[in-house]
Parts: sequence; C-alpha cells; structure tokens
Amino acid sequence: MSLKILTASRLTDGHPVWYCTDGGWSKEFSNAAVADTSLACLLFERVAKQAIEKNEIVDATLVDVETRDGRLVALRLRERIRANGPTITSYAQNQSI
Amino acid sequence: MYRYDEFDKAFVAARVAEFSDQVTRRLAGEMTEEEFMPLRLRNGVYLQLHAYMLRVAIPYGTLSSRQLRKLAHIARRYDRGYGHFTTRQNIQFNWPRLVDIPEILEELSEVEMHAIQTSGNCIRNVTSDHFAGAAADEFADPRPYAEILRQWSSLHPEFSYLPRKFKIAVVGARIDRAAIQVHDIGLWLKRDSSGKLGFAFYVGGGQGRTPMVARLLRDFVPEEDLLSYTTAIIRIYNLYGRRDNKYKARIKILIHETGLEKLREEIEAEFAILKTGELKLPQADIDAINAYFHTPDLADRPEWHHNLDWLRSDDPAFDRWVNRNVASHRHPDYGIVTISLKPTGGVPGDATSVQMDVVADLAERYSKDELRVSYHQNLVLPHVALGDLKVIYDTLLATGLASANIGLISDIIACPGLDYCTLANARSISVAQQISARFSSHDRQMQVGEIQLNISGCINACGHHHVGHIGILGVEKKGSELYQLTLGGNAGNNCAIGEITGRGFSSDEIVDAVETVINTYLSVRESNKESFISTYRRVGMALFRQALYDVTGRAV
Repeated sequence: MSLKILTASRLTDGHPVWYCTDGGWSKEFSNAAVADTSLACLLFERVAKQAIEKNEIVDATLVDVETRDGRLVALRLRERIRANGPTITSYAQNQSI
Repeated sequence: MYRYDEFDKAFVAARVAEFSDQVTRRLAGEMTEEEFMPLRLRNGVYLQLHAYMLRVAIPYGTLSSRQLRKLAHIARRYDRGYGHFTTRQNIQFNWPRLVDIPEILEELSEVEMHAIQTSGNCIRNVTSDHFAGAAADEFADPRPYAEILRQWSSLHPEFSYLPRKFKIAVVGARIDRAAIQVHDIGLWLKRDSSGKLGFAFYVGGGQGRTPMVARLLRDFVPEEDLLSYTTAIIRIYNLYGRRDNKYKARIKILIHETGLEKLREEIEAEFAILKTGELKLPQADIDAINAYFHTPDLADRPEWHHNLDWLRSDDPAFDRWVNRNVASHRHPDYGIVTISLKPTGGVPGDATSVQMDVVADLAERYSKDELRVSYHQNLVLPHVALGDLKVIYDTLLATGLASANIGLISDIIACPGLDYCTLANARSISVAQQISARFSSHDRQMQVGEIQLNISGCINACGHHHVGHIGILGVEKKGSELYQLTLGGNAGNNCAIGEITGRGFSSDEIVDAVETVINTYLSVRESNKESFISTYRRVGMALFRQALYDVTGRAV
C-alpha cells in the first residue's frame, strides 16, 4: 500500500494540521507520522475520530505521500499547497501583514 | 446610497447575536461540525485549504468610504492585510480565525454590512452595473431595484432552502456590464412605447459544469410587478427544481428539461394570482428607494477640459491611464475612474488594507463618498471631476494601483483557484500572474486591443472562463494541472459560451498557448480596429486550432 499520513483542519482557526509521532497535531507537514500498513491506517482513523469528538479538528483525511530524498512529499498538488501555503506568498508577503 | 432602516439594523443585529452564539456553542463542543457547517455557510464562513474564509456581501457592488475603511481595518486586524474582491462584487477574507468571526460580523454591522446569504441555496447577493448612476449610456439606475430585491430576498422564508443557489443581476444601460445572461434571472431595465419603466426578464443563464445563456422569458414586466414576477419564477423553480442531484438542480436545467414554453405557462399562471396582491410595489415605495440613489450634485467644471489635455500631453503614462481607465460620465465635466486591481504579476482582485484606505480617502474626497466593485474584480470611483484625475492618478501611482489596463489582456478575471479554494483542481492565480507578466508591455497590450481573458480553477467557473473571449479552465489529470482553453465566449451584449479548442495544456504550456492564440489573431485580423472577439466570430475556430495543434491533435 502507499504511505499515508493523517491531516485535518484545526477547529479554532482552520489551519491545516498533521498527526505526528508524539501523538499530537503539528502545523508542520514534515512532522507527520507515516502509516505504512492497513492496521496503522485504522489506528489513524480512530485517532481522527477521537480528535473530532474532542473538538480539536475537523475534516480529517488520510493523504497519500512518498519519500523523496529522505523527505515526505504529498502526491497530490492540493496537499502540497496545503502543506506549504499559497504558491503566491511572495506577493502576499508584500502586503502590510 | 441606501442607508439601513430600523428593520435592516434589527435583523442584522439579531443574526450577529445568533451566529455568535452558534460559534460559541460549536467551540464549546455543544454542536458537531455536521450541525454547524450549514449554519456557518449561511453566514458566509467557508473552510478552505489553509484557513476559514469569510465572504462579505457588497450589495450591487456599492460601497461608501466608511465601509471600505472598515474592510481595510478587518483585513489589517483579523486577517493578513489584504482582501480579495470577487466576481459577485463581494469581498473575501482568506485567513480569519473562527473565534474572531463573531467580532468581525459585529464590526461589519457597525457600517451596515454583513455576510448573510453569501453562501447556501438561497438568493445570493444581487449584482448590478458598476457604472450605475453615472454611465452616459444609462436610461435608468438599476440599483434601486437591486435594493428592493435585496430587501425582499433577505431571509425570505419561502426561498431560504431552494434546490440550489440563485443569482440575480440587474442592468439599466444600453451596454450590459453585469453579465445578466449568465444569471438565474437577468433583469434589463427598459421603457415601453409609452415611456413606462419595466424589465425584460431573462432566465436560466449560468456557468458551472453546464453553461447556458439565459433565455428571454418576458419582454416587459412593469416595474410595480418586479417582486410578483420574480416570486412567480422562483416559486415555480422551488416547486419543480431537482433536489436529487446538485449538478442538475439549477433553474437552467429545469428549463432545459421541461422546456421554456411549459414553464412560462406555469410562471404566468402564478403571476396572474400574485400580481394584484401584496407584492405589487406602490409607486411611493419605489420613489422612496429611488431617493437614496439620486445622482449627487455635480458642479460644472468646464475649465478643466483644457488643463486635462495639457496634463495628458505632458505625462504619457497619465495619458495612457486616462485612455484606458476613465469612462464617460453622464456629466461632461466628470469621468468614471476604474482602479485596476490587476498589476503585472499581481493577484487579480486583491487589495491590501493600505490600498483600501487610500481608495476610500480618494472616494471621500473626489467621488462624492461613493465606490463600486466590478465583477471584473476592480474598484470604481463613479463621480470624478476631470480636473481631479491627475491628483487621483498620482496617488494611485504611489499606492501601486495605477495599472492602465482596463479591458486589456492583463485585466484578467481569476478565481482564487487551488492556492486557496478547497473545490479547485488547479491554480488560477499563478496562470494569471504569468500571462500578465508575458504581456506586461503596454504597447503590446494596446496592439492586442480589447479582450477579456478569464481563468477558473475548477468547473464551478467562479472565474467566468465560459464567457471569456479567451477562457482557461484548470482541471486535474493524473495528479497534474491541465488547462483547457476556450475561445469565443462573451459576457454582456451578444452573450456566448466559449468553445473548447481541443486537448488541454500543461501548466508549462498554457501561457505559450495563449500567446499562440493572440499571435494568430494579430495575423488574421482585418485591421487594428477589428477586436479579438470580432475576428474570432468572423474566422471561427479552425485557424486557431491549426496554430495550437499538429495534425495528430497534440499541442504544437
């Protein structure tokens, strides 16, 4: 099976978060824990259900990833943009944030 | 401009209190996301790729300086310092926190704004001509009727759960500047032979996955019957519109499947019952709303015509800007200024909080405190004395808002696409940025002339690609972005849906493909007076296909 990670949006601000190895949710994609067995995926789904019930996250989903040069990379562009932010950030950063 | 009455104030305040309570309950875990989602959507709150998004209604695209300053303040205080003006003349904030949204709505209500009915299967923000009340070619101001429709449709109990969203646009000039024929209902104000005001009713237009040009339902409905006739249409749609399949739920599909004649019979029968009832608009009510929209007093300033000529000859960049961005006003000493939100390499429709503040100041000082948002994602100062153009231009130049490109190829309509939107399949903004960079030379843009290029990041067509002279639709194929190209679409008068050129282009190829289309047009046009769309209509698709693809159908 392809490698999978668990992602969701944080309830309070909608920020993308990834489930990580220490059992928490991280804003950093690179901290994501990887599932490489169907049992691990089942565990992720249970974790997601609990986090939703505790009002930490919404819209939890498993995402396909692969390792490239020792780094995790999401297969779909959509998930890469979620992980890295809009591809137009150079313009956005010019605004008076 | 219209000002809220006691009823408006009360219902907006009640909705802010209600939604604040719902947010509190959601955060406290008293409500599931499944329960909360329809409630937040009814208040314009989406969950996008990176954050929540708040869509704020700008009724018929009309704003006061005070309101724009408030939007700037919200962008600065609760967001990341910018907002995105949309093709429904609204504004979207891309980064608000859910916990802050009740406070944002409270702040909006202070300036008579809200986010109600900017989402959901209800009657959405009514759009109109961004030159309304100022244009030289206007025969009646459409905004009073848009306001009547706003009041009537706000929280309308019968029409709060329609089969699908419902969009209405109103115009009152010779030129349709609001794309009414790609709306569920398009209203064109007109006078009958006796001089009486009324509307031509077009129905069943729309874009999305099944684009259709609206059809004429009735050539003339007297103004007092506006609400009765609109109610009859939406009531019949609400009764028969499909609810089993969201992709077939819009009124355009109902018309297509049932036939216009049969629906017309039902609508007319319903109208016959309604027309003498309480929905009939008393002239006094029409007059009362009209009074809010009277043209401001504009003093004659003829001495400036000569000065303007001198200033234009002295500053070529200013001359180019006046040429492209200033339209005729009904008063000969005034102009309508369109402020381009399409700088080279920029994000179409984005404005920073600093820019919004500057534009608000300009509107207050030089445009009778009025502003408009166009569905082309630009801002408009509707009443500017020609003598004030230079100081406005200089201020805009210092604020990064002086692009002289209205109606040119870099004046691109684009949705947020995959950079923000959870529905998108491909990026729109990056394609727009590359095209505007490729055609950044003003001389080259002027050589190409009048053209509308529109980009959508998915089939929902928020970027109006179907009615772009050149349309680009981003899709996902085998995990990569692919862009379909359409030619010959047109919004407004002579509305048409564009035709697909053939196989799509990769993200590396699409800008070259656009350039090929442009070069083909330049090579076959009869003169520089023949616009792209006129040339396309004359020569058809074949020449463009030949230039874009080889004999096997592969991109050249």
